[in-house]
Amino acid sequence: MVDLLQNLRITGIKINYLFVCERKLWLFDRGIGMEETSEKVFLGKLLDEFSYPKEKKKKILIDNLICIDILNEEEIREVKYSDKLEEPNKMQILYYLYYLKKLGIRKKGILNYPKQKKREIVELTPEKEKLIEDAIKKIEEVVGRENPPPVEKKRYCKKCAYYEFCFIGE
Amino acid sequence: MSRDLFIFSSGTIKRKENTIYLETNNGERKFFPVENIDSIHLFGEIELNTKALNFFAQKNIVIHIYNYYGYYSGSYLPREKNVSGELLVRQVQHYLDEEERMYLAYSFVEGALFHMQRNLREYENTNEFVIKISQELENAKNCKSIQELMGCEGRARDVYYNAFNLILKSKFFFEKREKRPPTNPINALISFGNSLIYSTVLSEIYKTQLNPTISYLHEPRERRFSLSLDLSEIFKPLIVDPIIFKLINNNMLKDEDFDQDVNYCYLTESGRKKFLKEFDSKMETTIKHRKLGRSVSYKFLIRLECYKLIKHLLKDEIYKPLKAWW
Ligand code: SF4
Repeated sequence: MVDLLQNLRITGIKINYLFVCERKLWLFDRGIGMEETSEKVFLGKLLDEFSYPKEKKKKILIDNLICIDILNEEEIREVKYSDKLEEPNKMQILYYLYYLKKLGIRKKGILNYPKQKKREIVELTPEKEKLIEDAIKKIEEVVGRENPPPVEKKRYCKKCAYYEFCFIGE
Repeated sequence: MSRDLFIFSSGTIKRKENTIYLETNNGERKFFPVENIDSIHLFGEIELNTKALNFFAQKNIVIHIYNYYGYYSGSYLPREKNVSGELLVRQVQHYLDEEERMYLAYSFVEGALFHMQRNLREYENTNEFVIKISQELENAKNCKSIQELMGCEGRARDVYYNAFNLILKSKFFFEKREKRPPTNPINALISFGNSLIYSTVLSEIYKTQLNPTISYLHEPRERRFSLSLDLSEIFKPLIVDPIIFKLINNNMLKDEDFDQDVNYCYLTESGRKKFLKEFDSKMETTIKHRKLGRSVSYKFLIRLECYKLIKHLLKDEIYKPLKAWW
């Protein structure tokens, strides 16, 4: 079980990163993290989350952008302060649903955007499951590369913890 | 932005819940803002217990210790958190591969010599020295071994120090570079400044996944964090030497700032404090970075140099040493 959880935590981040930036995924996979990133905070908290299922609700901060509340019985909830990285966050929650399903637990996911006063229900459908499986394959392909994928300028690079690392140039 | 803390007083550093304070020998308490501290440099005689050390480790604070004369003697680095097996392997690979090693070693020399020349150009009548350094840089390109490269670097450095008497306008006269022990004020200033750079570079390396013991220009066999020595080469002339010129040329140093005898010369506490004041403000000075389009401090430039090295090792982008463009 511990191994599964470990895997769930790590892969959750990787799924997120895959859709944020393949380069970030590669660097993270090789242990090249940035001081400021909150991965470790995230990892630790998510472990607590699954280790103590009796606790009703806890907040987990991811990337300083989103926050997951996991409600123990029916649903997994993600509260997003920003809908800027909508797809990565959605894929991440889908991945958790997928993973939980493999463990025999069925839940649905809820994305909350308090700022935008929006709420979205995410459900695992066969098509979505296929998306997740493809994403896992893609992760393997990306992290299997020998050298980091080159920088591709994205609108959120300036906010990324790797910005200086990626853009320092020579 | 987090700062370095320099402590001259003697006393005991204690932890009380989430705060750290120094209790000086006369009973005064000084509290530290631990959230904004990067490294602590201890110059005084300090007692510390494991409770305090554990707290520093938790806050990821590095402690550098200096001896009675103000020279670096060692560091307390909390358990390494940023580890990357992959990067370590690549660091070693680049050391073992002669060509790769020479490339990096040469790059550090190039950065160092560039900044030496840059300093000299600020002053009149230094042209012949600048040219001689250029020649050594030319020679350095064709070196076949690290020893040869070290030779070029050493000769360039001699030329550079010879020019100091043209730059320094005061009673302080510089004869030759002597390290242990320094015998005149200029040597004392250089040695003190170099220890500060060494420890600061080490703190920055520590924040990355680089392993500080694997180096290219210096031998990893030197019983020090030799990667810190490598990167320091670039920053000594950029940061330390202009401080020395300023302190001397503006008559900021007095006799009582040195503890001097025929056999040695050290900075006294007042001298160290004057140096550190300049050092600290230099490190916090920012410049607009032309590639990043952001302001970065001199201190952060050191970290950026680490990033560039990591990128080189990861075959992401070829390393080119910093050459101050401003
Ligand atoms: S700065 Fe941009 S390219 Fe670099 S890791 Fe972040 S998102 Fe990717």
